[in-house]
Amino acid sequence: MPPAVGGGLAGSELRVRRGRCGSQAARAVGPDVAVEAAARSHKRPAPGSRHFEAAGRWALLALVTLLSFATRFHRLDEPPHICWDETHFGKMGSYYINRTFFFDVHPPLGKMLIGLAGYLSGYDGTFSFQKPGDKYEHHNYMGMRGFCASLGSLLVPFAYLTVLELSKSLPAALLTAALLTFDTGCLTLSQYILLDPILMFFIMAAMLSMVKYNSCADRPFSAPWWFWLSLTGINLAGALGVKFVGLFIIVQVGWNTISDLWHLFGDLSLSLVTVGKHLTARILCLIVLPLALYTATYAVHFMVLNKSGPGDGFFSSAFQARLSGNNLHNASIPEHLAYGSVITVKNLRMAIGYLHSHRHLYPEGVGARQQQVTTYLHKDYNNLWIIKKHNTNSDPLDPSFPVEFVRHGDIIRLEHKETSRNLHSHYHEAPLTRKHYQVTGYGINGTGDSNDFWRIEVVNRKFGNRIKVLRSRIRFIHLVTGCVLGSSGKVLPKWGWEQLEVTCTPYLKETLNSIWNVEDHINPKLPNISLDVLQPSFPEILLESHMVMIRGNNGLKPKDNEFTSKPWHWPINYQGLRFSGINDTDFRVYLLGNPVVWWLNLLSIALYLLSGSIIAVAMQRGARLPPEVEGLSQVLLRGGGQLLLGWMLHYFPFFLMGRILYFHHYFPAMLFSSMLTGVLWDTLLRLCAWSLASSSLARGIHAVGIVSLLLGAAYRDPEHLEMHQLLLSTTLKPKQEAQSCFFHFLPK
Amino acid sequence: MLGFLQRPVVVTADINLNVVALTALGLLSRLWRLSYPRAVVFDEVYYGQYVSFYMKRLFFLDGSGPPLGHMLLALGGYLGGFDGNFLWNRIGAEYSSNVPVWSLRLLPALAGALSVPMAYQIVWELRFSHCAAMGAALLVLIENALITQARLMLLESVLIFFNLLAMLSYLKLCNSQKHRPFSLSWWFWLTLTGVACSCAVGIKYMGVFTYLLVLGVAAVHAWHLIGDRTLSNVCVLCHLLARAVALLVIPVIMYLLFFYVHLVLLCRSGPHDQIMSSAFQASLEGGLARITQGQPLEVAYGSQVTLRNVFGKPVPCWLHSHQNTYPMIYENGRGSSHQQQVTCYPFKDVNNWWIVKDPGRHQLVVNSPPRPVRHGDIVQLVHGMTTRLLNTHDVAAPLSPHSQEVSCYIDYNISMPAQNLWRLDIVNRESSTEVWKTILSEVRFVHVNTSAILKLSGAHLPDWGFRQLEVVGEKLSPGYHESMVWNVEEHRYGRSQEQKERELELHSPTQMDLSRNLSFMARFSELQWRMLTVRSDDSEHKYSSTPLDWVTLDTNIAYWLHPTTSAQIHLLGNIVIWASASLATVVYVLLLCWYLLRRRRSICDLPEDSWLRWVLAGALCAGGWAVNYLPFFLMEKTLFLYHYLPALTFQILLLPVVLQHISDHLSQLQRSLFSALVVAWYSCACHVFNTLRPLTYGDKSLSPGELRALRWKESWDILIRKHQ
Repeated sequence: MPPAVGGGLAGSELRVRRGRCGSQAARAVGPDVAVEAAARSHKRPAPGSRHFEAAGRWALLALVTLLSFATRFHRLDEPPHICWDETHFGKMGSYYINRTFFFDVHPPLGKMLIGLAGYLSGYDGTFSFQKPGDKYEHHNYMGMRGFCASLGSLLVPFAYLTVLELSKSLPAALLTAALLTFDTGCLTLSQYILLDPILMFFIMAAMLSMVKYNSCADRPFSAPWWFWLSLTGINLAGALGVKFVGLFIIVQVGWNTISDLWHLFGDLSLSLVTVGKHLTARILCLIVLPLALYTATYAVHFMVLNKSGPGDGFFSSAFQARLSGNNLHNASIPEHLAYGSVITVKNLRMAIGYLHSHRHLYPEGVGARQQQVTTYLHKDYNNLWIIKKHNTNSDPLDPSFPVEFVRHGDIIRLEHKETSRNLHSHYHEAPLTRKHYQVTGYGINGTGDSNDFWRIEVVNRKFGNRIKVLRSRIRFIHLVTGCVLGSSGKVLPKWGWEQLEVTCTPYLKETLNSIWNVEDHINPKLPNISLDVLQPSFPEILLESHMVMIRGNNGLKPKDNEFTSKPWHWPINYQGLRFSGINDTDFRVYLLGNPVVWWLNLLSIALYLLSGSIIAVAMQRGARLPPEVEGLSQVLLRGGGQLLLGWMLHYFPFFLMGRILYFHHYFPAMLFSSMLTGVLWDTLLRLCAWSLASSSLARGIHAVGIVSLLLGAAYRDPEHLEMHQLLLSTTLKPKQEAQSCFFHFLPK
Repeated sequence: MLGFLQRPVVVTADINLNVVALTALGLLSRLWRLSYPRAVVFDEVYYGQYVSFYMKRLFFLDGSGPPLGHMLLALGGYLGGFDGNFLWNRIGAEYSSNVPVWSLRLLPALAGALSVPMAYQIVWELRFSHCAAMGAALLVLIENALITQARLMLLESVLIFFNLLAMLSYLKLCNSQKHRPFSLSWWFWLTLTGVACSCAVGIKYMGVFTYLLVLGVAAVHAWHLIGDRTLSNVCVLCHLLARAVALLVIPVIMYLLFFYVHLVLLCRSGPHDQIMSSAFQASLEGGLARITQGQPLEVAYGSQVTLRNVFGKPVPCWLHSHQNTYPMIYENGRGSSHQQQVTCYPFKDVNNWWIVKDPGRHQLVVNSPPRPVRHGDIVQLVHGMTTRLLNTHDVAAPLSPHSQEVSCYIDYNISMPAQNLWRLDIVNRESSTEVWKTILSEVRFVHVNTSAILKLSGAHLPDWGFRQLEVVGEKLSPGYHESMVWNVEEHRYGRSQEQKERELELHSPTQMDLSRNLSFMARFSELQWRMLTVRSDDSEHKYSSTPLDWVTLDTNIAYWLHPTTSAQIHLLGNIVIWASASLATVVYVLLLCWYLLRRRRSICDLPEDSWLRWVLAGALCAGGWAVNYLPFFLMEKTLFLYHYLPALTFQILLLPVVLQHISDHLSQLQRSLFSALVVAWYSCACHVFNTLRPLTYGDKSLSPGELRALRWKESWDILIRKHQ
């Protein structure tokens, strides 16, 4: 098992050892003794039964964990083919095993862990993970699935412990655990080779350790205090290292830390030096440590992936020089650009690619019917251009001529090597960006017209300087129209082979879209220099890969007319995600939450807001509450508030995102809202019981309420199963937790 | 009885001459030679179009903001007697004599002029000195960018006016709260706050930010009210209710009112009809209403109909078919059924007519009495001109291979049977036996054999399909989407038995009478939704800029250039004011943090009331700047320097507040030195104003040398003629 799991188990062990002091130290910070009183009031006073109680808690935790593992591991090997995004993340795991470089919009930790799990369980990285539905056959995929499933299973005990710590109430914790164990969505999402179980594991672990460390606040700088604080930091690094969604839990921990520090700062009994110590400890454990770990994951990532692979073209020329197998690796090319050189020209903006042309014309109705010019991300012989003087067509490579360098401000012609057409522009509108001019390939064997002339300029340099390969940032200015060669980054339709549009923009604003560099450079008349000087430093690599990832993420836009999932669909369980079953395979797996759990969660949030504001207003009006209610309302406001904040942080930012969204993005938020449900119903039922006063009836109400909720969560599950068994029994082998996509048609 | 006669009627007027003088100066600076230049300046070209539409009462759709702003400008045109006849097509075009330039520009200019005394009032109501208040107003007065923006037919100055008005009336409310809650003036200011907020929102969506800020401050104050235990519960409840009504209910009602007036004014069909649904179009005079007027309401077996796709993207279009068949083999080697093409066609055409047929009968005419089609009925759709039946089958669609091809069935005798039964699914039904209604019903056609749904894929077919839009049968994702929903637009009962007669009938226009109207709320929600989702694809402009450029004034916008001389108008700020306002914000934030930390350690540098004053000023002014500025970092639309002006105005208000705060904490000697510095700084700002004045008013032609000298920043784009 990877170390992360070991950490989690150690955590639970420690918790129980310190269980007692934790509950005595119920209060976080501040002068509220009432919470303490409330927490104590639930405890059996008899000291003899303490051992018994501790053992009981142990047993419950073990039971919860066992049940969670049992559900998640049940028939884990089915379906024995690729489901949904396994095709991406399995493939990326294989890349780590094969050490080939690739590009993905998510940070590397999650995929590295998947790769590691596969490596340790004997998967050799040979399976190609081509598309969903492909059979695994003899390849060993169980290691990777098992790893994800075990992280997914740990979510339930983590939630259990978090709620227990926040509410000091066993029923609340049990209710939460039941909600999550019996939720079909969490179950399905935990069973496959995906990043989500890993991400949720780190998020929940961070939340748990934060809550634990809050309850150690009365013994600052003790060993457990340091332990939980640094564990929080480690988990934050983990969450961010898997997906950028980890930022939300960082915001939550940050908010908690700031308010904590604010309280300490206002506590006049503490000297400024002590407050300074507190601050330093937080900075060390919550900023420096996670950053170091996060950077370390990238260091490992770049160290492991040292072979050229499918992700090369996304990165700058200098970056590619690191990768063995890339043509820039250990390469040596002439340093200064000269007339007659054969070159490739790369756009400086990430993920745009090389200037490209091919023997296809723009279709009728799209500008002039001349040869297409595009940008293309992959290396190809159609990316080669010859740089020539504008006025002569003589071959500059003729040995009788002296070498003549291209200088800043020269008027040049770019001839496409394969088709001998010149880079050309004119007053026709570009195919997609209507305000720009069209760029074409024009002329025969290098003879064209004056619209083929471009002025080559180096950004921020003086006129007359030579142009350096790779390092000079150059612009091409069209002589006749005065526009600048650029790529709009828009994808051309089918006629353009879905390559990117190249235009000549009349707006002279300096953007990266219109700046290029020369990458390959072939000129037999010039001496070669080694490119090792270009090797970027680690911080540069780190920065560049982040830029590429962010751009990649923003580039994931929904296409026109594509059915996308909207954030408001998620909490109401409006539409699920098809995991498997497109190819009429035996297994239909559909990611869909358990409606009872999800709608209960939704109801609970509304109820929480209502009851929370009633209590807050009552307290602001200075109403005198009995100590029992006071304690409960503190649990509701503080503990519940933390969880509500978590839900909001993991949900609302998605409304602002322009990228394409999927249903599974909601699951971290769903965990928080389930925990809130646990805390809320327990507290509400206790309040109900208290208001009815008569003791036997009161306890009864609480017990009955909790039990019925537990049963409700579990009950709907088999019913589900039956329904879809009925539906599928004729043609399909049902899988216990898998939802059929037909479920959607059922009348609600 | 006549007691009031026993005492003389006395009117005591309290006139603050400062305010009067500031108003006069404001009017002078904003109204001076208002009708110069007599040419279209920058965005007037857009707003002018809308004014013309209002004058002619033609319906239009503009995604840039709610209608109040345009209506106010149109009011100016109406008062000036504008008839709407002007071709707004080019910036710099000379206005013809029928355009009342002065009255069109009057309203924004008045709003800009009144902002000056309002700045004074706000700082005064924040309980700072008259001197500081005067300073704020004088800064607003000489801010070149605000002057330029106010003197033209643009909306920013009106937005700023309502922003300031909302803030001012809220402050007045706060100050009368202490002494006389529920008095007449209290109610007046409370209501005015709500009204001003809704007007700000009604002019530009940006106004929402100020509205939210005011709501936020009001919420904090209300929370303190709740905590005030000297008030009875009933009293607190009354306070809360009054605020809820004035700040939540009134703005919503006002906002609806703007749309109501807008829709009442624009009652004729105009250039953007196509984007709206058929029902909406039918509610306008002319256009579709002329065609659909008098159509039978209920679709019956034998009805002849045209079916419009509800989604309307990429273009609004109608279900269409024609003689041509799908090519046997596509370019990429896949095969087709080679049956008759079914497409979606964005123009009116006789080939858009379909006949609703009962599968059990052969006849294509309407019985008498007509048998209406209901939700859940199985129908066939017959293409009017070719009499072929709408069909789909398990063949991949030409451009969307995951979906089924839709065709009009031709029997080639190749064991590919017709599958032409469709179940009618009325999406917006109220009962399960609802009748299919013209225009009103939104329907889906669910294929009986394969449960595929008739859908517009949005892709353009290649040349063989005449670049019309592809129609497919969607099987994989049957969830609701507007591209699967259709409605009947033109409709008549078929009368002709013979094909020849029927073709003639299809060519003839529909008639009969019966009219129907859409409720206001339905029209409002549709219009609002379309306004928010209408997409403008031009994302690039020569003078567009990023929010980061604004703070440092790294960009300008050339608004207008005289056709012959080099007189020109630029949106260019007073750089001294911009820089010092930003500096003041930084100083404010630093000081606030410092005080907060010290207070937390129980060291109170400021007395309680002065602290509260300091915080409130910051919350409104620095907060106003932040909420009007920071959201732009998240926006993806094209941004211009003028988007920063509302934020800038709030920042300027903060400047004298910070200055006075500093001066209050200086010794006597230092204070006089400080005052001298402030005076020097202000004269410096005046000097900059004066230097940039030719570019603000555009009244003076400068020589190329002078223009070059004005180009203080590399990035300023000042137009210099090459030959003069």
